[in-house]
Amino acid sequence: MSEAILTVEHLTMRFGGLLAVNDLSFEARRGDITAVIGPNGAGKTTVFNCITGFYKPTQGRITMRHADGRTHLLERLADFRIAQEAKVARTFQNIRLFSGMTVLENLLVAQHNPLMSASGWSIGGILGLPAYGRAERRAIEKAAYWLDKCGLTDRADDPAGDLPYGPQRALEIARAMCTEPELLCLDEPAAGLNPRESLVLNDLLRFIRKEHGTSLLLIEHDMSVVMEISDHVVVLDYGIKISDGTPPEVREDPKVIAAYLGVDDSEVEKVEAEVGL
Amino acid sequence: MTSATDPNFARPAPPTPVARAAREALFAAIIALGVFGPLLAFRTTQDMQNRLIVETRYGLIAIVVLLVFAGRFLLSLWFTRERPEAGPALGARLSGLMPQGLRDIVRTGLPPAALVALFVYPMMILSLTGGSGALKWIDNFGIQILIYVMLAWGLNIVVGLAGLLDLGYVAFYAVGAYAYALIATKVIPATFPGLGVWAFWICLPVAGILAAFWGVLLGFPVLRLRGDYLAIVTLAFGEIIRLVLINWTAFSNGYEGISTIPRPSFFGVPFNASDTGFAATFGLEFSPVYRTIFLYYVIVCLALITAWVSNRLRKLPVGRAWEALREDEIACRSLGINTVNTKLTAFAIGAMFGGFAGSFFAARQGFISPESFTFMESAVILAIVVLGGMGSLIGTAIAAVAMIGGTELLRELDWLKAIFGRDFDPAQYRMLIFGLAMVAIMVWKPRGFVSTRMPTAFLRSRRAVSADHVKEGHG
Repeated sequence: MSEAILTVEHLTMRFGGLLAVNDLSFEARRGDITAVIGPNGAGKTTVFNCITGFYKPTQGRITMRHADGRTHLLERLADFRIAQEAKVARTFQNIRLFSGMTVLENLLVAQHNPLMSASGWSIGGILGLPAYGRAERRAIEKAAYWLDKCGLTDRADDPAGDLPYGPQRALEIARAMCTEPELLCLDEPAAGLNPRESLVLNDLLRFIRKEHGTSLLLIEHDMSVVMEISDHVVVLDYGIKISDGTPPEVREDPKVIAAYLGVDDSEVEKVEAEVGL
Repeated sequence: MTSATDPNFARPAPPTPVARAAREALFAAIIALGVFGPLLAFRTTQDMQNRLIVETRYGLIAIVVLLVFAGRFLLSLWFTRERPEAGPALGARLSGLMPQGLRDIVRTGLPPAALVALFVYPMMILSLTGGSGALKWIDNFGIQILIYVMLAWGLNIVVGLAGLLDLGYVAFYAVGAYAYALIATKVIPATFPGLGVWAFWICLPVAGILAAFWGVLLGFPVLRLRGDYLAIVTLAFGEIIRLVLINWTAFSNGYEGISTIPRPSFFGVPFNASDTGFAATFGLEFSPVYRTIFLYYVIVCLALITAWVSNRLRKLPVGRAWEALREDEIACRSLGINTVNTKLTAFAIGAMFGGFAGSFFAARQGFISPESFTFMESAVILAIVVLGGMGSLIGTAIAAVAMIGGTELLRELDWLKAIFGRDFDPAQYRMLIFGLAMVAIMVWKPRGFVSTRMPTAFLRSRRAVSADHVKEGHG
């Protein structure tokens, strides 16, 4: 079994009186596709926002371990440093593209940090030093590579806001990949996709893991995606982890079935005792 | 007699455009009568015995109501007229009249042509009007407009590219102006009097750096604010600078301002009538117009540097980050962009150009006071940026010419007196006409003169992004 790339320990997130995530611990292993699932309002997106620095957790520790052995404590890093230094990229449930910029420009913005140092923090760039020109050509090549992988090459010079919904989702993933992350967090990547687009998405995610060695953490409602591609599933309900295991294990878990489908009235007390409510 | 059961029942034909226009015009006229009737039809005056009497002016109200009727009638006809086809907008149709080749020439040839016109403008004016008449045209129209072009291009970085609404931009203009005025009148004479003739050229970069520094100072506290809140705080910042300049008399001489600011030299050669002056050195007859022409070329160069730098920055990662920030700040942070630094650079660079312009302004005027740096100035600069189309250099320049040149031109319209009588002073109506023109432009082009955005990089072909997708920024 490979080592953990992301370790979440005792994560708790409180919004005033609301306990959104309660003492959650789980691991995502390197090279795995880990899925976080759960009914609406279970706290999945809150966990994501804690991992990617958009929320500061009330309690708990989130450790990111790079392949070279360096570790980052994500709860202590500012959000942009999590992408820049800890190499954790994310997408959003409600797509957040730069809609007035072209598809290509979206991918260039994602390569901001390497390009910024290549441009000598803009000074070399203003003077027109050749080093920046080379760096920009490389950045465009990399963008073109990801456009090709997402089937967006023909739309490269169109505004991102002009794309249909499915390609926008793909572009958001490509944009996140342009930051060269070690861990890619996807917040409901299949939401709003038709079955055919879902299949294409599965292939893209498998490709990312296989060819780029990027580990994936995803929130998903679409069980066809979850059960098909994930190696490891964590199930949340009311901010508590109720199950953790391989997809077949989770599928058979009575707590998960109870959380998703409910139980007969006669069994309520028994299940509640089991779940610990 | 028609009813639903009548076999001959037919839907009433839709009213003809003329009938509809007449009906709408009638309603408009009735409303106008209601609104203007009490205001215009009766006036209280004093008669010969100093009694208050009501004077009726039915003729006037009839004219006004008739005017409203006619105006509304024509407007309705114009809007409901038969359109040959649901064709493209007027601009597109006009340019559609031109063959493709000509259109390309216009598009690629316009900037160089404008540049050439910019450089020959003083010569042209000089040869057309000769001597003293030229001063007004070069100074009031040339230099004045170019200062605003430069200010608008500087503010465009903050508002147009980074999407941060800044209502206090004039503060940096003031910082630049006072930096030059104070250093040139106090610091240099006290320390290196020999550098006096070079004062402008030394102070120009210093003023820019100082303004950038103040830009960063303003930037820090307001970084967490957005939209309306940001606008209010920047507005307050602009007022604070002005109030400090008014009240800290020991520093800035308060309302009286600073006078006898040294005028710029021709790289060390002063513009005066002395033997070492510009005219004598170059064997010309002394005339104040040389300094004005020189100042004109200085501001042309400063404005072009502003344009060049901001155009260049837009194609660099920092410029893309500014535009990305305008589009979606949260996505920026998820991509590892330090939004704090990005906003600060936008504030600093925008402020720096404001500082350069301020320093030039002080050198041109020779006298500055806090009166020149009121909120009205910020509002005019912002209006130019918005009217020009946020983010577009060409649009902004056109807007500056239209707004500043237009208001200056209104001072020249003495011939209107022939129409409206001797008491009519067009300058009094300047702001009214100005406001009407702005409303009209915003109705005609809601996103400014140039609303499309040119991408900074392309894979196959560079195509403009339509304004529908480009966001205005949220502060």
